[in-house]
Amino acid sequence: MIGVEHYVVVSSILFVLGVLGIFLNRKNVIVLLMAIELILLAVNLNLVAFSAALHDLTGQIFAMFVLTVAAGEAAVGLAILVIYFRGRGTIAVDDVNRMKG
Amino acid sequence: MDWSQSLRLIAPEETLSIASLILLLVAAWGGDKAAKLISVLAVAALVAAGVLVAPALCGGAMGTETFAFYGQFKADAFASYAKVLIYISAAVSLVVAPKFFDRFNAMRAEYPVLVLLAAIGMGMMVSATNLITLYIGLEMNSLAAYVLAAFLRTDGRSAEAGLKYFVLGALASGILLYGMSLTYGFAGTTSFDGISASMAHGLSNGALFGLVFVFAGLAFKISAVPFHMWTPDVYEGAPTPVTTLFATAPKVAAMALTMRVAIEAFGDQAHAWQQIIVFAALASIVVGALGAIRQSNIKRLMAYSSINNVGFMLVGLAVATPQGISAMLFYLAIYVAMSVGGFAMILMLTDEHGNQVEDLSKMAGLSRTRPGLALGLAMIMFSLAGIPPMFGFWGKFLVFKAAVDGGMIALAALGFAASVIGAFYYLKVVKVMYFDEPADVVKGESDIWHKLILIGSCVVISPLGFFLTKWLGHLADTAAAALFTAL
Repeated sequence: MIGVEHYVVVSSILFVLGVLGIFLNRKNVIVLLMAIELILLAVNLNLVAFSAALHDLTGQIFAMFVLTVAAGEAAVGLAILVIYFRGRGTIAVDDVNRMKG
Repeated sequence: MDWSQSLRLIAPEETLSIASLILLLVAAWGGDKAAKLISVLAVAALVAAGVLVAPALCGGAMGTETFAFYGQFKADAFASYAKVLIYISAAVSLVVAPKFFDRFNAMRAEYPVLVLLAAIGMGMMVSATNLITLYIGLEMNSLAAYVLAAFLRTDGRSAEAGLKYFVLGALASGILLYGMSLTYGFAGTTSFDGISASMAHGLSNGALFGLVFVFAGLAFKISAVPFHMWTPDVYEGAPTPVTTLFATAPKVAAMALTMRVAIEAFGDQAHAWQQIIVFAALASIVVGALGAIRQSNIKRLMAYSSINNVGFMLVGLAVATPQGISAMLFYLAIYVAMSVGGFAMILMLTDEHGNQVEDLSKMAGLSRTRPGLALGLAMIMFSLAGIPPMFGFWGKFLVFKAAVDGGMIALAALGFAASVIGAFYYLKVVKVMYFDEPADVVKGESDIWHKLILIGSCVVISPLGFFLTKWLGHLADTAAAALFTAL
């Protein structure tokens, strides 16, 4: 029997993968966007699993909102990436260093 | 609770939403030629929203009659206090923009619309009493802010600032959201009242995880240490009018949001988050001060200064008493006045070709070439350092007084000692301006609006500001009281 705890374990693995993807990735900004999506999917999985376990619809409605906002976020992120690429000609993470920090 | 009452309670948000949609249409038809007109109308919309917020603020609105849409949204005195500060900051960032963007031929019609959309999002953040409303408000603000950071499309630094802000902001939202999903799972509800009720008898491990993630995400948004690393880069790279906005309005909104989440949702479990806040407060004060010392760019210096100031404000939250919250709100108002003045000042530092001068060494001897500017900046620096005749001192004093009254004497003593480090770099700026050989670079004409904002903010932070203490203190007290009625 698969219970809510299994879902939470999977979602925490996805979440950690997403966070590691952001911090360990040294190649490409597109991979960062994918890592962010992975984090949001982990959240959605959590919300839907809890919603089913609690017999409460709020979690599923929340997941809908998260999906919508995630789409908007990806659009804005890609747009910024396009201007960045036009100016710099590269999207390698190591080159995002015009300002120190 | 009927719809008409709900709609009446969200009148400021409605005003801004309708104004931003209409202005978007004007922008679509009028193009960039209409940018100035749209700016003026956007400022008018912000003023109108501010007027609509005023009754709740002055009347000290609190309790159940301030709930809109079945407890999703709360228009109480606390939210109104934060909203007034947000609208003022947003209006200032619109007023200072044309002169700056004209130089790059980049005064686009979208700028005022994006600022208005961000202001709506920030208003929702401070009024949220439900995790879903909180998330929507936060993202509405953030998505507009990412675009604003990358607004100077041809400037490499601006695009890089936008990219960094986007990646780290989205990571912060993800962490916050993961915390909210755990909180929802273990509390069984997304409303702050429900979360508070379900945690009244202790905190399960899962809920504790949720709480830690939520506070980590919020710390990102207020740029508290250890989640501050994006701040200097974004502040330096973003166009200066946008930095003016970033340093003030989203800071107020995220700070107020943190207070509401801490007190309304997790108020009964204060001992669980107090240690996090105490650590973040002390670390922000120390790292902000030490980081600022080696900066040569004035915008980066202001970024570290804002990290430092966030630390002082968090001292008030760590106490978790109405007095501490009131002190924080008071500090926020003074901080907005100081930041707005500081960035108006930075915008006025231009060379003879109209290029921005951001390097500290080029400001040497400013007191001889531009005595008025140097005096204004010196006042702002003294006020940020919290040196007594200036109003900035009173904010720090109230925060530390709340900490001592709340029994956190060690925290107050450490914070007080660390504030001395901060004084070093503020005074360094004054020294460079007054005692170094003139570099004679700053020669540009100043815009009348920049002058007016600088003068206004200097009046507020000068010793004259102490005439405001009674009035502002009363407003902050009622706002803090409104936050604690939910308990």
